[in-house]
Amino acid sequence: MALRTLVSRKTLRTSSLGLRGLQTFSLPDLPYDYGALEPAISGEIMQLHHQKHHQTYVTNFNKAIEQLDGAASKGDASTIVKLQSAIKFNGGGHVNHSIFWKNLAPVREGGGEPPKGSLGWAIDNHFGSLDALVQKINAEGAALQGSGWVWLGVDKELKHLVVETTANQDPLVTKGPNLVPLLGIDVWEHAYYLQYKNVRPDYLKNIWKVINWKYAGEVYEKECP
Amino acid sequence: MAASAAAAIVSPFKCRLFPSQGFSGSARSFHLRKNQKRTVRKAVITAKIDFKPPPYSLDALEPHMSRETFEYHWGKHHRAYVDNLNKQIVGTELDTKSLEEIILVTNNKGDLLPPFSNAAQAWNHEFFWESMKPGGGGKPTGELLELIDRDFGSFEAFVSEFKTAAATQFGSGWAWLVYKANRLDVGNAVNPHPSEEDKKLVVVKSPNAINPLVWDYSPLLTIDVWEHAYYLDFLNRRPDYISTFMKKLVSWDAVSSRLEAAKAQAAEREREEERRKTEYEGENQTESEAVEMYMESDSDSSESE
Repeated sequence: MALRTLVSRKTLRTSSLGLRGLQTFSLPDLPYDYGALEPAISGEIMQLHHQKHHQTYVTNFNKAIEQLDGAASKGDASTIVKLQSAIKFNGGGHVNHSIFWKNLAPVREGGGEPPKGSLGWAIDNHFGSLDALVQKINAEGAALQGSGWVWLGVDKELKHLVVETTANQDPLVTKGPNLVPLLGIDVWEHAYYLQYKNVRPDYLKNIWKVINWKYAGEVYEKECP
Repeated sequence: MAASAAAAIVSPFKCRLFPSQGFSGSARSFHLRKNQKRTVRKAVITAKIDFKPPPYSLDALEPHMSRETFEYHWGKHHRAYVDNLNKQIVGTELDTKSLEEIILVTNNKGDLLPPFSNAAQAWNHEFFWESMKPGGGGKPTGELLELIDRDFGSFEAFVSEFKTAAATQFGSGWAWLVYKANRLDVGNAVNPHPSEEDKKLVVVKSPNAINPLVWDYSPLLTIDVWEHAYYLDFLNRRPDYISTFMKKLVSWDAVSSRLEAAKAQAAEREREEERRKTEYEGENQTESEAVEMYMESDSDSSESE
């Protein structure tokens, strides 16, 4: 039945080695059912976002990597350069969405629970309160023109938290080589349009109910032990 | 709309020749002026950029573009661009300018000022509604088709290039057919000796709110490839949306009349260039004559003997 298909878990896939030993990338499994984040994010959106958008980035990233490999082994410099934008778009899309699925969790698995431990303390220290951080992220996300992401990151050298936006599928590292993403929110229209239509601020307001602060805390503790 | 767009392009062109005047100045001075005005006025004055409906009813393009899409795309997105722009410009010098002038000024040679996004998107969407019509699609005719054949090889080759541009504009943006009259193919160089062969039809794509007015091209046709333009009707399938647009929605009548206006404007600009050149040469002539006369009378009163 359609509903069952909608909420069924994707089977686990592992990355595979191509014919010439070239690493190919594959769509990571979601750690929850498509419908598990409702009502904050609809099952319809989750399925399209994962099976169509993310899958397309993976497919095109693999194609671009294969072409890059061919060009590099032939010493074809201009093709190597020409492929950079496709690698950035599609590779960035794969990297960013892989983080995004881990940033979300169903309520019954801790989604929405505020951060504890050192990350919770760092947020209060740097932004004043969790609520202040949320307001800042929501403001930046709503103001972003076109497509992109809004991030909470940590500078692994300076050991402090940052809120940043990136355009299109640019990963956070394009804003600073020492920036490590803790939490990213996709503000491309495909991330919310079927449910929230043009009202991106409502999407941003509601997504906090399913944000997985546990994961963000783990990444933070690894960078700032 | 095409005529006013064509007419308005002429004056901002002059504006850019004198960057020290008017609004092409620094972002900082723009903000200062805006704040000064705000403290003086108390009443809410509506700025003048219009929000017009498409030239057909919201369900007229069904089933290719749904009424629901129009209710959001025109009723929410386009409306918000116009409302927010008017809020940004009320009580400032921008309030007295045409939409095309606001776009060029706030583009600020690529260093975008805050109202640019709203202004350009307001323009882009009106242009987009007028690029479509009920029972649209098919093939262009007449001079437009001749130019397409000349500059792309065939109508099919043009369609293929336009569809590729629309499909590969990564993220949000637009794909365009434009008439390029006085620009060389190199960056933003102006062609000092425009000829008929240099006046070409070209396909371009642009990100987010950017449109070809900022490159001094004349837009003839556009397709919106922001996700909000197609997501309700086509979900992630942008290529299907683009195909449907070409086969069922394009108003070639609108494209043809825009081409006519663009050619007329290009011709007018050339005449204006000629006039300016002749005046300049004329002035130089008069000066050199005066010098000669002076020397002749000098030698007459002669010390040379």
